[in-house]
Amino acid sequence: MANLTINGKTFNVDVEPDTPLLWVIRENVGLTGTKYGCGIAQCGACTVHIDGVAMRSCGVTVSDAVGKQITTIEGLAGNGALHKVQQAWIDNDVPQCGYCQSGMIMAVAALLKEKPKPTDQDINEAITNICRCGTFQQVREAIHAVANA
Amino acid sequence: MNHMPRLDTPRLNRRAFVIGSAALGSGLAVGLDLPAGGPTVARAADGSPEVDAWVVIRPDDTVVIRIARSEMGQGSLTGLAQLVAEELECDWSKVTTEYPTPGENVARKRVWGDFSTGGSRGIRASQDYVRKGGATARMMLIQAAANEWKVQPSECTAANSVITHTPSGRTTTFGKVAEAAAKLSPPTEVKLKDPKDWKLIGKGVKRLDTADKTTGKMIYSIDVKLPGMLNAAIKQCPVFGGTLKSYDQAKIANMKGVKKVVKVGDNAIAVVADTWWHAKTALDALPIVWDEGPNAKVSSASIAKWLDEGFDPSQPVYVGNENGDVKSALASAAKKVEAVYTYPYQNHATMEPLNATALYTPDKCEVWCGTQNGEAAFAAAVEVSGLPASKCDVYKQMLGGGFGRKGNTDYVRQAVAIAKEMPGTPIKLLWSREEDMQHGAYHPVTHCKLTAGFDANNNLTALHMRISGQSILFSLRPAALVNGKDPVTFQGLNASGEAAFGYSVPNLLIEHSMRNPPVPPGFWRGVNVNHNAIYVECFMDELAHAVNQDPLEFRRKLMANNPKHLAVLNAVAEKIGWGKPAPQGIYRGLAHFMGFGSYVAGAAEISVVDGNKIKIHRIVGATDPGFAVNPAQIDRQVAGSFVYGLSGLFYGGCTVKDGRIEQANFDTYNSMRIAEMPKVESVIMPSGSGTWGGVGEPTICVAAPAVLNAYFAATGKRIRSVPLRDQNITFA
Ligand code: FES
Ligand code: FES
Repeated sequence: MANLTINGKTFNVDVEPDTPLLWVIRENVGLTGTKYGCGIAQCGACTVHIDGVAMRSCGVTVSDAVGKQITTIEGLAGNGALHKVQQAWIDNDVPQCGYCQSGMIMAVAALLKEKPKPTDQDINEAITNICRCGTFQQVREAIHAVANA
Repeated sequence: MNHMPRLDTPRLNRRAFVIGSAALGSGLAVGLDLPAGGPTVARAADGSPEVDAWVVIRPDDTVVIRIARSEMGQGSLTGLAQLVAEELECDWSKVTTEYPTPGENVARKRVWGDFSTGGSRGIRASQDYVRKGGATARMMLIQAAANEWKVQPSECTAANSVITHTPSGRTTTFGKVAEAAAKLSPPTEVKLKDPKDWKLIGKGVKRLDTADKTTGKMIYSIDVKLPGMLNAAIKQCPVFGGTLKSYDQAKIANMKGVKKVVKVGDNAIAVVADTWWHAKTALDALPIVWDEGPNAKVSSASIAKWLDEGFDPSQPVYVGNENGDVKSALASAAKKVEAVYTYPYQNHATMEPLNATALYTPDKCEVWCGTQNGEAAFAAAVEVSGLPASKCDVYKQMLGGGFGRKGNTDYVRQAVAIAKEMPGTPIKLLWSREEDMQHGAYHPVTHCKLTAGFDANNNLTALHMRISGQSILFSLRPAALVNGKDPVTFQGLNASGEAAFGYSVPNLLIEHSMRNPPVPPGFWRGVNVNHNAIYVECFMDELAHAVNQDPLEFRRKLMANNPKHLAVLNAVAEKIGWGKPAPQGIYRGLAHFMGFGSYVAGAAEISVVDGNKIKIHRIVGATDPGFAVNPAQIDRQVAGSFVYGLSGLFYGGCTVKDGRIEQANFDTYNSMRIAEMPKVESVIMPSGSGTWGGVGEPTICVAAPAVLNAYFAATGKRIRSVPLRDQNITFA
């Protein structure tokens, strides 16, 4: 049994302590916006915020997440308004298939919190998510659009 | 209008069953009015009338456009809706879309045509009939309004979902007359607009499916949830052609959540559990013995050796393109140039690994999956379930990438086979990334030997190109072989047609020695243009340098008979600044090709550090697809195709050892990141005449040769094999 705080709500889940947080979020809690892409912390599709830091949830065990504030893509928008990154994604028509974009958006939201006006170099270092559709050009433009808004 | 009567009680049950998951299944025709003696009207799930098969209009004026092809990121869902809406004259802001199901398509005599979404065919192969679908609906809506006003329809016009009777100025909306329109017979003659009158086609409108992709709400098939659903993890024999020998299920029987161990076909084993994580954990612990079969010793080296044997003149070949007499022209050439190129296996690595959910009962088989070919998935469900087609259906979900892999039905068959062992329980089968990497439908492996001859004045007089390697059709669609020959092998190399060779050479011979190793091939974004463009365009660069000519001028001289090929090449040359001095340390390369009905060209600017670290600063990509439905989405397809193609060039390549693929995840089969992304500048130049070309794939093939040619310009080193990581070359 583990008590998790996800998007401000508490969930009591009956899972083995070494279960990856990704699968607890998707299967036990039922929030499927967080995606599985590799399971080995390579692709970033499963990125969530843990105490405000972008983390690849496939590489975090549920026991390590107990007592922390977890935010998933479903919890990014506050008070009914989209997060500015989500809005920029819509304004710039960023997603193609969209499968990587939950993780991409979570990674970008964390970057912008830390560096509201990131340089291209900052983006290159912080955003290492895989996008097989190849939306990187729009991702970069949308990040700058948020920063310059 | 008389629709085929069909009453579909099981579907109503299904709708109730998946309630709360509106994105699952589709909201299509759940019933028909069957008034005594009156016309029948097909209705959508919410009761709104279908004006024709493509258009449903709700009383609030919402326009629901049916999309038969699959959306996997390429944007054709939006483009197809634009085509219908252009002719319909509806308010674009009121447009939404839905997928008909393959089962409904069968039941209605394929009213929506072909569902398959590959070969960059989504728009070009359906543009005519979907535009007619929009035009037909518009005419019926106008007729309904005219009937109500008792005026001639010729006096009425439609725009923005409003119908106006011009003489009187009276107006009504689509929503108000849809019910009456749906009862009319469709017009027999439908005229499409002249392209010069298009208002929506050609406009870079935003995609219709973006919002849910930013909030986590979009349902991909991996996200499907059904009451009582269990999850399955699967392992297939790692060696291609091997089979399952034995397994010891007692060892995992007591593991948490495990419900059942199921043998799938003769080469796979699945564990079904409450969660996928439990299923996967138990599967990893399950002792399995494989019979590795006849291919256990196959390796990349053994495949390469066999392919090289295909260059031997004694080996049989299929001829793809020939003019003049290459043999004697080469024999009398003043100068000869020869080179051998190779291209490896590549995995699709769609971001969403393969998965499908199936529910089987003796009365019904239903499948929820992302598929590029709904009808093939449907046929698979019918075949594996053993039920009649009328008792099966497939509900297509948004695909987390396709790139050609999800036109195959292996994962659908497996899901149905497992579900059949547990009647009444929905089973979601998900492949791990490792399974996905090691059981792909790989970009085929080929080698190519090219020989060219020049006369004493350095004119190219002969070109002999011999491809040795794998045929996709041989494995996937043997019925499409022509007397044994795979015509698709010659993509971009044909004398004419939608994938024609751009050069005129007096003596030309392009041939294929077909060799099919036991690694299953598939259609990988771009298909055969990926390697064919490298072979031709890098070799052309070699030839230009061999006679000390500018690579652009050298090509131009050979392209006088192919003005559309030349136009895109000229466009990228101009945009990259060819002929003008490049910035310090920057080198340029060019390439052009034709595939999927589109003319494409690329030009790259790179710099190289330490001889082996490449920074791509810019790539210009030009395309002439004949007609450009949505330039903003085409621009994204150009950039996206470059990411896919360059990932394959730098990081890709699947190698074979002991009969199996060595790469198992993104740590060994890497993909480009944002830091490596060049600035992509697209030039979209539809010539507006001739045929409609594709968009999702064609441009992919010019990125690699443009970069390789730039690398030669920078270093004097010619690279003739892919991937670059094998040659210790990487991104700077
Ligand atoms: S699924 Fe976690 S990084 Fe890929
Ligand atoms: S949008 Fe498809 S993988 Fe990124």
